[in-house]
Amino acid sequence: MEEKKKIGKPRGVAQLIPDKCIACGARCQSSCPEDAIEMNNKGEPIINIEKCIGCRRCVKVCPADALEMFYTSEEKKLLLEIAASSSGPDTKQVSIEEATAKAETKEYKGVWVFVEHAEGEPAAVSWELLGAGAKLAKSLGVELCSVVIGDKVEDLCKESFAYGASRVYLIDAPVFHYYRTETYNKAICYLVNKYKSEILLMGATGTGRDLAGAVATKLNTGLTADCTSLDVDDRGNLLQTRPAFGGNIMATIFTEHTRPQMSTVRPHVMMLPRKVTSRKGEIVRESFSIKEEDVDVKVLEVIKDKGSGCDLAAAEVIVSGGRGMQGSENFGMLQHLADELGGVVGCSRAVVEAGWMGAERQVGQTGKTVRPKIYIACGISGAIQHLVGMQSSDVIIAINHDKNAPIFEVATYGIVGDVFQVVPAILNNIRELRAGNTCSVSEQITGKE
Amino acid sequence: MLIVTCIKQVPDTSQVKVDPVTGTLIREGVPFIINPFDTYALEESLILKEKHGFRVAVISMGPPDTEVTLRKALSLGGDEAILLSDRAFGGADTLATSMVLAEAIKKLGKKEEVAIVICGRQTIDGDTAQVGPGIATRLGYSQLTLVDHIFDVDMKAKKIRVRRRLEGRHEIVEAPLPAMIAVLREINRPRYPKVPMRLMAQDATVTLWNNKEMGLREDTIGLKGSATQVRKIFSPRRERGEIIGDGVKNPQASARLLVERLKEKNILNL
Repeated sequence: MEEKKKIGKPRGVAQLIPDKCIACGARCQSSCPEDAIEMNNKGEPIINIEKCIGCRRCVKVCPADALEMFYTSEEKKLLLEIAASSSGPDTKQVSIEEATAKAETKEYKGVWVFVEHAEGEPAAVSWELLGAGAKLAKSLGVELCSVVIGDKVEDLCKESFAYGASRVYLIDAPVFHYYRTETYNKAICYLVNKYKSEILLMGATGTGRDLAGAVATKLNTGLTADCTSLDVDDRGNLLQTRPAFGGNIMATIFTEHTRPQMSTVRPHVMMLPRKVTSRKGEIVRESFSIKEEDVDVKVLEVIKDKGSGCDLAAAEVIVSGGRGMQGSENFGMLQHLADELGGVVGCSRAVVEAGWMGAERQVGQTGKTVRPKIYIACGISGAIQHLVGMQSSDVIIAINHDKNAPIFEVATYGIVGDVFQVVPAILNNIRELRAGNTCSVSEQITGKE
Repeated sequence: MLIVTCIKQVPDTSQVKVDPVTGTLIREGVPFIINPFDTYALEESLILKEKHGFRVAVISMGPPDTEVTLRKALSLGGDEAILLSDRAFGGADTLATSMVLAEAIKKLGKKEEVAIVICGRQTIDGDTAQVGPGIATRLGYSQLTLVDHIFDVDMKAKKIRVRRRLEGRHEIVEAPLPAMIAVLREINRPRYPKVPMRLMAQDATVTLWNNKEMGLREDTIGLKGSATQVRKIFSPRRERGEIIGDGVKNPQASARLLVERLKEKNILNL
């Protein structure tokens, strides 16, 4: 598009603002129509100002706002003059492709939540997503629906209503007894193509992530993993915020031109909405099915984990230990405190790697995300990878000898000191208080040590 | 028969820090490493190579210096390394990334039949776990994620039997080949390269495939082929709490104060 020229309006050249580039993966270079950008080995752009035509594409595409337009002082003066003399703002022309894309995305309506279950046993994250989905549906003025696929799973429809869905799309057939990527992917794509949802949410669980990645690829649409907050902008786009770079920064991501907009959310990130069993809704039964003989993947066996007695995700109190615990033998102390508070023991990644605790107890980015009422971090410095897994806990108590440990930045209460002195002291104080309150001392001591 | 291992070179995110004042990332001195999860994918390929005589092709999409990481994969025992690098591939989200990787696997498959594609569980910089499923879907391969054990690969029946780890349970699944498997840390213990191999790998060729070679439509790859866009980036908000007493000098007093505070606020059922 040629610019109409009266006086040549200076276009300037793009320049990098120092320290703002995050090495996102060369979005600027990729957007440049003139090949004016080279990347250095740190992943930052080097702009060839001889080639730059001042089209601003790289500036617009930079997620970190690390690029800006540079004008010489004469150009700046000229710009000011033009601004002063111009009669009105340029009317922006929307390209035809953009307009059709917008019209097409408009056809898609409704917020959908995939109800995950293992042989009929629902994953609570589905209900948490209905809670989050309800807010989105309200802002958009659309319906909140759930998608139930399985074998004899009509119960899950009633539960969906109880947690806020007003409509359920149900596909119920023996071939869907076990989750298999291929069958569930086909079923969901069938529903989306038929009913056109604008948003599709799934749990960031093993199954949810397996399915979401396949569905988004098949539907050729955008998918954002592990969102920690969901919102809607003034044009109705879903704003998906998630940790990036190992949790060091947060990124807000959106899918502009394709539908549905898909997100996964980890368990315990969103609040579980109140269950109202009297709520009713509409069930849309779909007879879509696949012949078992056409599916080559077979689930031969499901082995339930023998309860190690530890359900971190469901615990209201978690007493967690880090490298500062110095050895597996010292975790008994944390167990006593956890027992006293009716909680469980968790740990940081370093502890699992040292072999002091099993991986099922790991809290953090590569472990579990938890949201207990009380999280007590003992000897955990608080690497960002740990913090992203527990920072939405209601109350965080941190005990660490290093007053500069990052854990204190998220802690509600902190004690700088030796865990081996502080933890037993806390335990004693709680026991004394409880003993002094209602129960007899003998009751308190029974079963403990 | 070929095993294709997908790897990525990533910044070591555990060493990235955020400037507390400006909220910007401090990347100075942060090394690029092979995505740790991919080391298990590579190791599993090598184990299968030794057992079944597969050839192992290692592929990676990234900037030109990804060659360093691919060479490391060769020094461990990979037979062939292909670098997918082009400015048109840049700025890709998982949809556009899986496009290039899947097409590269197709291209490899024209010369030699592909039995298995192995990926790591996820990357440490993107953390999405979406590219593996994207590849499987695009190629129509069996998709097996979260694999922590491979029981056997039956080349006659063209089947693979694996164990998948899910929340609170494991699943034993049988699937036809070709299959894409994404593996967990627990599946193996990666080996270290032996010195002679390392030296040999220094001279080994890493094949470059740019988009001239690949011939992919520009609106399906890189930034233009990405369905998602990043609108903004910001540092996580944190609220600093209260430090109670002097726990170094008087741990007893701090502990007592803490418990009192918890009682006051009705946090513990005391």
